Amino acid sequence: MNKSRTKKLIRVTFSYIILIIFCIISIYPVSQVLTVSLRPADRLLSTSLEIIPDNATIANYINLFVKTDFLRWMWNSLLITASVTLTGVILAATAGYGFSRYKFVGKKAAMQSMLVTQMFPATMLLLPMYIMLVNLGLINSYLGIMIMYSATALPFCVWQMKGFYDTIPSSLEEAGRIDGCSQFQTFYLIVLPLAAPALVITALFSFMSSWTEYVVAAQILQDTAMWTLPIGLKSFESNMSTEWGLYGAASMLVTVPVVVLFLVLSKYLVSGLTLGSVKG
Amino acid sequence: MANVKLDTIKKEYEGGVVAVKGVSIEIQDKEFVVLVGPSGCGKSTTLRMIAGLEDISSGTLTIDGKIMNDVPPKDRDIAMVFQNYALYPHMSVYENMAFGLKLRKFPKDEIDKRVRDAAKILSIEEYLERKPKALSGGQRQRVAVGRAIVRKPKVFLFDEPLSNLDAKMRVQMRTEISKLHQRLDATMIYVTHDQTEAMTMGDRIVVMKDGNVMQIDTPLNLYNNPTNKFVAGFIGSPSMNFIDGTIFKESGMKFIEKGTQLSVDIPKDKQKLLESYIGKEIWLGIRPEHIFAEKSKSSRISAYVEVVEPMGNEIFAYVTCGVAQLVARMSPMDIHTGQKTDFTFDMSKAHFFDKTTENVIR
Repeated sequence: MNKSRTKKLIRVTFSYIILIIFCIISIYPVSQVLTVSLRPADRLLSTSLEIIPDNATIANYINLFVKTDFLRWMWNSLLITASVTLTGVILAATAGYGFSRYKFVGKKAAMQSMLVTQMFPATMLLLPMYIMLVNLGLINSYLGIMIMYSATALPFCVWQMKGFYDTIPSSLEEAGRIDGCSQFQTFYLIVLPLAAPALVITALFSFMSSWTEYVVAAQILQDTAMWTLPIGLKSFESNMSTEWGLYGAASMLVTVPVVVLFLVLSKYLVSGLTLGSVKG
Repeated sequence: MANVKLDTIKKEYEGGVVAVKGVSIEIQDKEFVVLVGPSGCGKSTTLRMIAGLEDISSGTLTIDGKIMNDVPPKDRDIAMVFQNYALYPHMSVYENMAFGLKLRKFPKDEIDKRVRDAAKILSIEEYLERKPKALSGGQRQRVAVGRAIVRKPKVFLFDEPLSNLDAKMRVQMRTEISKLHQRLDATMIYVTHDQTEAMTMGDRIVVMKDGNVMQIDTPLNLYNNPTNKFVAGFIGSPSMNFIDGTIFKESGMKFIEKGTQLSVDIPKDKQKLLESYIGKEIWLGIRPEHIFAEKSKSSRISAYVEVVEPMGNEIFAYVTCGVAQLVARMSPMDIHTGQKTDFTFDMSKAHFFDKTTENVIR
């Protein structure tokens, strides 16, 4: 009895040690960015390990709003990301359902070709997509970048949604059809609410893939008024010097929407929602 | 309520697999009909075609005189209870039961009344606010039945609704569904692979095999007058004993088992039936309760008792006689495993089946 308790204690202690190490590894860079953002201009290169430095100041945050186009970039990023997320969720939710439930010619080929697109890094697709956007007259436009982001994020999202729909028993939809649902109502009233965890993952994936993207945006958005946050942040860096204070402050603020989104959506990430609906 | 008519209904899947091969059944208004058969016999497919969940390849389905082949499930005025309950997990019990009525735009008061009435009948009033995951298997199945009865449909369809319940709950729900049928006076079509459920619940039973209807009759008629060897063997527990043998005519008519260890006299009233089978092989069918452990002049059945299963009020004795393996259902008595005993058949209750067609010889 005592031996097994000791074993358990060792196991729990070991788990905590590992978890704490990983937490420190994850949090340390963020804490350093916070420190840099709060340092006065004359102490930027200090080697001090204090998280809140001596003479801490929010001057960098004020300058960010007063002296740069940070709010404009934030708005651009939010607009593009929200559109890409919404498009991704709507298209993936419907396409995934189609792939999961219907039989049609070319279904397997379509699924596999979507998988193949995921094997190429986005930078490889940059040139052909750039040429396509030039031909369509969509360079330097919100629509152009939205199409680029949606096209690269969608295949994964469709696969993700299809996989989840496959786990929802079709007898629920049959019960719905007998209860009086139309085809669309079956999808909207029965399947979609059950697919909430997958929708959340799809939304987060779409959001993250466009919120932090730099390479594609840098090629397509040439007008400074259309810049997104990653391009804007990069502009703090020049050949002669880098404004690390502003960079740090901007980096901290960029994470806010992401953190908020994770906090709001985390409760939907709990799977097993279908528990109790059918025996199996 | 309504009558349901299936006229040479056929179901052929892509790739040429035929699940139902031209089934014709006429179900009367307020009748409780059970479709029974082994796995893959096409009973569930037939039910799903009635529900509109499967397309009908050929034949005609009419409900209340109206052809329903191409009518979507929601417009057939039917309700279905699924084997796996198929309750909507994101809705409470109340919402599950009210869902169909809401879609049909019933007034709120009417919905509430119907849901509460159904909940009262099924004793699930206290669970109305719970989600399905917080219910036991039996309670979930009651909710599934409740969801069907609130709609007051023309026809109720049950697809093996008790298969996922434990033995005790199954017996309880069986009685409750039978009571419900009497109370609602509705047309009900019930699919099961369990012949006990079929025998105890159905006004009539449809026995199916390999996509064909073998026999449609009342439970007792199926038991006493099966039309073929399959029905005779499927209905009844333990199953009817089948003995492979030949008819001989020598000082009366005799049936002699293949291994010649078993010989019985054919009663006079059955001799005429078997006249054309003299010298030919047939199947003799005898139910376990028509075998007795006693010596008789009219039969020579000396068998070796292999296993005795005491059931309390009766025993099942598994015996070997020549190449024939038989089971006898008897009153508890002094009979032991390994014992050699004389048995006798009540030949007035015996059935004879043609060896080739397996149909009963009439």
